[in-house]
Amino acid sequence: MATTSLGLRESSAPLDLAAQGGWRSIKNRLMSGLLFLSFLVVMIPLLFVLAAVVSRGAKVMGWSFLTKDIAPIERRPGGGVGPAIVGTLVVTGLATLLATPLGIMGAVFLNEYSAKGIFGRIVRFMANVMTGVPSVVMGLFIYVIFTLTFKQRGVGGSLALACLMLPIIIRTTEEMLKLVPNYLREASLALGTSKARTIVTVVLPAALPGIISGALLAVARAAGETAPLLFTIGAAKSLQINPFADEAMTALPLQIYGNASSSFPAAQARGWGAALTLLLLSFLFTLIARLVSARFATKR
Amino acid sequence: MKFDVPERASSSPSAIEGSSVFALSDVAVFYSDFKAVRDVNLTIAKNEITAFIGPSGCGKTTVLRSLNRMNDLIPGARVEGTVTYRGIDLYAEGVSATQVRHHIGMVFQKPNPFPKSIYDNVAFGPRVHGIKKKSELDAIVERSLRGAALWDEVKDRLNTSALGMSGGQQQRLCIARTIAVEPDVVLMDEPCSALDPIATARVEDLMQEMKSQFTIVIVTHNMQQAARVSDRTAFFTAEVNPHGDRRTGVLVEYAPTQTIFSNPGDPRTENYVTGRVG
Repeated sequence: MATTSLGLRESSAPLDLAAQGGWRSIKNRLMSGLLFLSFLVVMIPLLFVLAAVVSRGAKVMGWSFLTKDIAPIERRPGGGVGPAIVGTLVVTGLATLLATPLGIMGAVFLNEYSAKGIFGRIVRFMANVMTGVPSVVMGLFIYVIFTLTFKQRGVGGSLALACLMLPIIIRTTEEMLKLVPNYLREASLALGTSKARTIVTVVLPAALPGIISGALLAVARAAGETAPLLFTIGAAKSLQINPFADEAMTALPLQIYGNASSSFPAAQARGWGAALTLLLLSFLFTLIARLVSARFATKR
Repeated sequence: MKFDVPERASSSPSAIEGSSVFALSDVAVFYSDFKAVRDVNLTIAKNEITAFIGPSGCGKTTVLRSLNRMNDLIPGARVEGTVTYRGIDLYAEGVSATQVRHHIGMVFQKPNPFPKSIYDNVAFGPRVHGIKKKSELDAIVERSLRGAALWDEVKDRLNTSALGMSGGQQQRLCIARTIAVEPDVVLMDEPCSALDPIATARVEDLMQEMKSQFTIVIVTHNMQQAARVSDRTAFFTAEVNPHGDRRTGVLVEYAPTQTIFSNPGDPRTENYVTGRVG
């Protein structure tokens, strides 16, 4: 042991920074392998679902399938899902219009105005309870309190879907607002900006990508729901665009459900086709939402 | 050890001769039940730089934030005593914190530009206060960036993100953003603590230039900085409470900077500025 001028001990052994090998390196490989394996386990079901839907749905897929009315006779091939696509777009679109602004405003209230207040806690608790309500129950509830009285079938379906979307949007938006650093709010307020303006011009833009992801999640969930639509919008065979009418509409999940439970191969093929259509629609929504969020999000 | 304090015209009288901007009398600030600082009595003079110094936890930032009601944002915070700004009690009923902050701006410890372009950062405040015309905004942005000694460095990339700037540039951008709304007072909460010595020197030079137009109050941990830039210095310290373990800040001494550093009236001040304590 030599001593430096500062009185620190200096080791005379040569410095060795080589990897230590042995157990630590084995453990590292083992854990990396496990992580990769769990990734595969998650991916396999997704890939199988995609492969099954695409390969079987492609047999009927085509312009006429996307545009034609529902086949009048179940066992014969032909027909399409035109009314179901329109129904899904109208009903889900209306539900999104109802649930997204309300959900975002609810989350803003919870996070910015009443984070620890009594009323805020009640609202948050209720939103959590709402997440747990089964979609059938939600459909039944809307059917009884809305559809039976007002006879607007499409709107009834939208309301049921909106009720399912609302808690998802509130929760994801609130999480995103929590992530907006407080110093951004302070910077804005210190310039003499009102709280409302700070939220609109600083907080929401900073959280926008996350809010859009949350809304998308909710839209995807709603677009795939069958049960709440069974009661409310019914299952029409021809095109019905107006959600305010007392006329049955239809939607893609209803077509999947109806055709998949049929014993005729032609109907089953149409079921796969409807499933592929729904999948493609979901992709389309995601793509559009990503483009929109890339356009409006604050640049990091 | 004593610091060299340059002789300044305004540092000779201990009473404030010119017009005062703030007058604090018997101010105490509470966070819920905890008394963070008590018995603050001081007057802040117009177009001067007033420094608040003292050890950590002595309440200097708390007092600074009570000057533009930023403490309102902390749940449970409340102010006792009176804080008057140009004769108006800031905590009187009917006084809008938003309006107060329009006149009394603030620069924070950590540079906090918005995740927007350099231009949009500076134009943010003026836009909030209703200026829409592009030519007018352009003029304000240029004037503010020049005022913050940043124009020449960024004039060719006004539309790039402010987050791509260095820390020192970001802090000067925050100063530009603050002066763009033409406040009367600029409060600075340890504005140089995240900056290197060169960037610090630039901000200090900038403060001297800003002094003619603004009244500046700065909180700093750095005694040399207080000695270099300020006209008056308030020394705070933390007192141990007889009950409980949390400390309450008190204002020990408030005097022209030269007096604080060369001839302090209180032994606690002397111990602190000579580096014996804290």
